[in-house]
Amino acid sequence: MKALRNLLDKVKPSFEPGGKLSAFQSVFDGFETFLFVPNTTSKTGTHIHDSIDSKRVMSMVVLALIPALLFGMYNVGYQHYLAIGTLPSVSFGEIFLFGFLAVLPKVIVSYLVGLGIEFVVAQWKHEEIQEGYLVSGMLIPLILPVECPLWIMSIAIAFAVIFAKEVFGGTGRNIFNVALITRAFLFFAYPSMMSGDNVWVKTGSVFGIGEGQLVDGFTGATPLGQLMTTSTGEAHLTGITGNALSAWDMVVGLIPGSIGETSVIAIALGAILLLATGIASWKIMASVFVGGSLTALMFNAIGTTPSMLLPWYEHILLGGFAFGAVFMATDPVTSARTENGKYIFGLLLGFMAVVIRVLNPGYPEGMMLAILLLNLFAPLIDYVVVQKNITRRLNRAKVTNDKK
Amino acid sequence: MANLIRIRKGLDIKLKGKAVETLSQVGHSDLFALTVSDFHGLTPKVIARPGDVVKAGSVLLCDKNHQEVKFVSPVSGTVVAVNRGDKRKVLDVLVKADSTNEFESFARIDLSKASGEEVKTHLLNAGMWPFIKQRPYDLIANPQEAPKAIFISTFDTAPLAPDFEFVLKGQEVDFQAALNALARIAPVHLGVHENAQSSALKNASNVTIHTFAGKHPAGNVGVQIHHVSPINKGEIVWVVNPQDLIIMGRLFNKGVTDFSRIVALTGSEIVKTGYVKIQSGSLISPLFKSNVTKGKTLRYISGNVLTGTQVTPESYLNFYANQLTVIPEGTEKHEMFGWIMPRLNQFSINHSYFSWLLPKKEYVLDARIKGGHRALIMSNELDKVFPFDIFPEILLKAIITNNIDQMEALGIYEVAPEDFALCEFVDTSKTEIQKIVREGLDMLFKEMN
Repeated sequence: MKALRNLLDKVKPSFEPGGKLSAFQSVFDGFETFLFVPNTTSKTGTHIHDSIDSKRVMSMVVLALIPALLFGMYNVGYQHYLAIGTLPSVSFGEIFLFGFLAVLPKVIVSYLVGLGIEFVVAQWKHEEIQEGYLVSGMLIPLILPVECPLWIMSIAIAFAVIFAKEVFGGTGRNIFNVALITRAFLFFAYPSMMSGDNVWVKTGSVFGIGEGQLVDGFTGATPLGQLMTTSTGEAHLTGITGNALSAWDMVVGLIPGSIGETSVIAIALGAILLLATGIASWKIMASVFVGGSLTALMFNAIGTTPSMLLPWYEHILLGGFAFGAVFMATDPVTSARTENGKYIFGLLLGFMAVVIRVLNPGYPEGMMLAILLLNLFAPLIDYVVVQKNITRRLNRAKVTNDKK
Repeated sequence: MANLIRIRKGLDIKLKGKAVETLSQVGHSDLFALTVSDFHGLTPKVIARPGDVVKAGSVLLCDKNHQEVKFVSPVSGTVVAVNRGDKRKVLDVLVKADSTNEFESFARIDLSKASGEEVKTHLLNAGMWPFIKQRPYDLIANPQEAPKAIFISTFDTAPLAPDFEFVLKGQEVDFQAALNALARIAPVHLGVHENAQSSALKNASNVTIHTFAGKHPAGNVGVQIHHVSPINKGEIVWVVNPQDLIIMGRLFNKGVTDFSRIVALTGSEIVKTGYVKIQSGSLISPLFKSNVTKGKTLRYISGNVLTGTQVTPESYLNFYANQLTVIPEGTEKHEMFGWIMPRLNQFSINHSYFSWLLPKKEYVLDARIKGGHRALIMSNELDKVFPFDIFPEILLKAIITNNIDQMEALGIYEVAPEDFALCEFVDTSKTEIQKIVREGLDMLFKEMN
């Protein structure tokens, strides 16, 4: 540690303004603060500071995403071997290895592209590198189908990081959730890579591993996708080999879907960490679930179509609902920032997600659009809440003046 | 208790180095200073000239805009220098003390009959007026305005804060005299902690007593005003530190301007903590002589770690000082992988550290910011430690954007920078919040006057 510190101190001057490598100052600073807590001391105001900083916060969120990532890797392998019919003969390790190799390039490319842009922008603005992309970079692979090509993902990430974040001033100033803008870009620009029956299960081999022929009766549709194509009555949701899905299957998550969003258990582990550390707002999380459940119950009551008849708990278990509620709706930057506003934000979000799923014939999944829509409305919700406070203050002044 | 007000939001930061309850005396230093930067926003007019012989209570400076507000010498002696900085800005007036302290004599007034105006004039003439500050703006009160009330908080909940009851011991009569005097000007509200023992506080007369409980900043007078009688636009409230009342009380009881005060020596880097009796404006270096840890860069603070100002050990005691704190600067410290290590010696309100499991532990915190400056990312962080019916973050944004209408609407008249100190402490984005609030208040003051 000491040697490393000495080395850093030795090379530091050449990165400072006027030094030979000053064009890389932000990058150097990024690595230095990654290795060591910065030791700048306070110049004004409080002399002591809480040990929390945005690096710690972002690290916690990334940590919270790890269960979903690991399970997602396993599930990619599981669905693959299920699809080629050799599942009983492969070991746990082989299943995971397949998924690991299929997913890892996405994570690496996501960070390379996104952080690359962040580094360049930070240097250009002569600022410190901001940590926001650490979370976005992990979220993006998890909300994409496994068959989404890397080059398309890279374009989408570049678009989202530049136009949804950097043009607004960087982390903490964006209006929309960056990861969801990536997904929305793909959704509208490359719809064949984002929906349909052929993107959710990795059917081919990865680096020569897992060669095989698809079994008869294979269908790659997600449960929500199946719902869209069922014409009347209650839908019978099945896995990729036609096996009927129980609610428990949906909790465990060995079903086709975006990489990280299928397992409610893995998401719940992340949710526990986020709530225990107080980094995500329980108010938003809880009210998204409440809003979604109530809306689904309402549709159940008046239901005529298969989507309307889908039980409320399956709405929550399926698709990106739980993942969105835990990791994306709670993004503090793009959600409502007032405490009462958070309830309204969450309830409306849950409501909109289910409404889009049920009433829109085009999109099987509504969570992404619901979150983006509510991102747009979050400032309005806050405005209403703040305005109430302002009115209360004005009334108080009026009462005291009347008394005089 | 009938009207107990419990402050639910806030944070007690437990630090090492609380002052032990022993009172010592320090030798008379021979240089004294009246430092202009102790008074925010003051434009001074120098009255005394180098070479003048002054007594304790003789005028050295006055406020250029309110010439009746006078700043007097704390001791008798000779004016040795009027130090100026850039653009001839007055920095301080230095007085070399005599061996015996002589006082200006002030007529005593009969507090049972005196009018508010007489009390004001008396305080103004004796140089006691600067003790009275006003809200909004957190400046020295304008004597021409009429406050709706005067608020005094008799306890301090800040980290390592001195215990006012210990300071008060033996000076109860002076304390009550000042309360009697201020009550002639406007109704006086006294904020008392629920566990207060001293009967001079619990049974103070001529005042309305409000009992408070809760975490810091329950002892901040701004919080108490907000919960008793919040300030609306156009209203003025005056506030006084409790120890300053004692100094005022001496004037009313004995007719002298005795500026000696009891200051707590606190902080993890003080070898022997405790209380010392010292003259306002004295050199503070004797207090630290062989009384601080060696071999570390240290930060000396006049006041507490949240709201105090950094000073050098060779400077002079602040006009309002109740506390001096010494903590490590921390520049030598390099913690590896802070973003993921458990860091058990660090205090945080966030549960990604474990300090919430150790509520009794006393921490040694240094002056590092421990992170990089960022945009405001986390929400609801500031609200948790801000016991006002005000949205701190939204108010801050209004200040940053110079939106005066919005600042007024969001309640800037009710706050002082010190009320935001905890917000600044917990803030993940390491924003200099107190500075922003101070600038906002200054800007508003300029617009309004």
